[in-house]
Amino acid sequence: MHKDPQARITRRQSWEAYHRIDLHSPRIAADAAPGQFLMIRVAEYFHPLLRRPFSIHAVSGPELSVFFQTVGAGTRLLSRAAVGQGLDILGPLGRGFNLDRDLRGRRIGLVGGGRGIAPLYFLAERLQQKRAEIRIYYGGRTLQDLVLKTDFQAAGFDPACSTDDGSHGYHGMVTDLLCADWKAFAPDLLYACGPHDMLHTVGKISREYGIPAELSLESIMGCGFGACWGCVHKIRREGEAAWTKICEHGPVFPAEAVVWEEGFEER
Amino acid sequence: MTDLSVDLGFLRLKNPVIAASGTFGYGLEFRPFLDLSRLGGFVVKGLYYDSRPGNPPPRLVETAGGLINAIGLQGIGVRSFAEEILPDLEGLDTAVMVNVCGADDDEYAAVVEYLNEFAGIAAYELNISCPNVQLEGRCPAMDPEATFRIVQQVKKISQRPLITKLTPNAADVAAVALSAQEAGSDAVSLVNTFLALAVDAETRKPRLANRFGGLSGPAIKPLALRLVFQTAARISIPVIGMGGIMSATDAVEFMIAGAAAVQVGTANFVDPQATVAIIDGLEEYGRRHGLQKISDLTGTLHS
Repeated sequence: MHKDPQARITRRQSWEAYHRIDLHSPRIAADAAPGQFLMIRVAEYFHPLLRRPFSIHAVSGPELSVFFQTVGAGTRLLSRAAVGQGLDILGPLGRGFNLDRDLRGRRIGLVGGGRGIAPLYFLAERLQQKRAEIRIYYGGRTLQDLVLKTDFQAAGFDPACSTDDGSHGYHGMVTDLLCADWKAFAPDLLYACGPHDMLHTVGKISREYGIPAELSLESIMGCGFGACWGCVHKIRREGEAAWTKICEHGPVFPAEAVVWEEGFEER
Repeated sequence: MTDLSVDLGFLRLKNPVIAASGTFGYGLEFRPFLDLSRLGGFVVKGLYYDSRPGNPPPRLVETAGGLINAIGLQGIGVRSFAEEILPDLEGLDTAVMVNVCGADDDEYAAVVEYLNEFAGIAAYELNISCPNVQLEGRCPAMDPEATFRIVQQVKKISQRPLITKLTPNAADVAAVALSAQEAGSDAVSLVNTFLALAVDAETRKPRLANRFGGLSGPAIKPLALRLVFQTAARISIPVIGMGGIMSATDAVEFMIAGAAAVQVGTANFVDPQATVAIIDGLEEYGRRHGLQKISDLTGTLHS
């Protein structure tokens, strides 16, 4: 984990509510693994005060990218950052997807909802290097949420898309698309990132089909490196469920370890 | 060159910058970012006798220039701390202090009694001021009598200097400080966080699961400065000042207002190297103002 006070913005691209920023930060790029994240300082002074967490979207040599949606004051400020500007970043942080095993020939479904697609690009590239068979399921509310589809296609992936309103691809939730496609692809492992109700459903599907899944959780974070204990989720570890720091022990957890609140179980 | 060391009477610090409890983990979390031996000291996260589950999320909400937290003192107990963390802190050239918590008077004493047996701790900071563990944000430091009782009981058995951490949410903070002094506290540290509420206008619900939380960060600095100033004027033991210190200038302001040393809290989240930047900044300030000793700043506010 490093602090780079001057990660220079080399390239940026914006869609309406989504943005991609490429940063030159050789040390952090060299250490980064899919599913890990950065804490980015979005203001020089103290409004907003805290850094914001962003999944690492892609790594290419000394550069890495973040892909995010404007959701509040922090992301709005970051969305206005210009090429050439330096950003103060910490990273790579957290534990990513478990790739430390033989995945050759494994059939892996990557499920991304909205901005949750961010880490799946980096993940897809690394899984391809490991000769896994992958299929990307990319869902959004509407076509305007699927801005990365062409990037995936350009990289040789052809994501199966869904929209809640039917404006593009499968009409319905991305998890419904995953089930509809089950026979055709027959995954034996799932990796997912997206809204927590989507992750909850992915966990349920993995249980029903009896295959493992790993889920990348999202949270407000105070520090990103385990000091503030602000970003907890209930996680079962060694048989016991406890509030567990997402930044340090996650953000990626095995689906069976993630405990959802009662409200989620009823959905 | 300005001498940055400060003598608290019971403890000499190489510089007046201490990382505040609850914002610095157990110290080890910051090792990737800085040399812990550069610090005047650090106070580890509050310890109860046993581990604590903490509050449900959301535990954090950011507000204008500030952060409201309701962590609820989640953490490991004294035994795990002594066995798993303390050995890793050995050999550091800095004052390692332990923030001591208790659900009742006896637990404070039990924690201190247990830790007395272990080397490598420079002082205890008595946490009688967390707003996130009792109903409606109540804490012993709101009351001079409860403060006196706990400090006196712990002082009797403590084999180390005692710093009492005070809440700004008391009717008369200086009176509570005086009470801590009379009970034998070697210093007071203030302020802990301000009891606060953040509301979600869309759902009409509190933004924190715990409803109330403690506000910290630059937003509270002027409030904290006023309390440090008034408290330092009323007591004779050293005041360790804190509340929204983000820069060396902020630290200097607290010393001028009467603090013998300072604690840096929320800034550690924003920049894990904040403490070191503040120490460097103090040196630069001392040079610019021709100070022989940084401690000459303490209590020098002109009227």
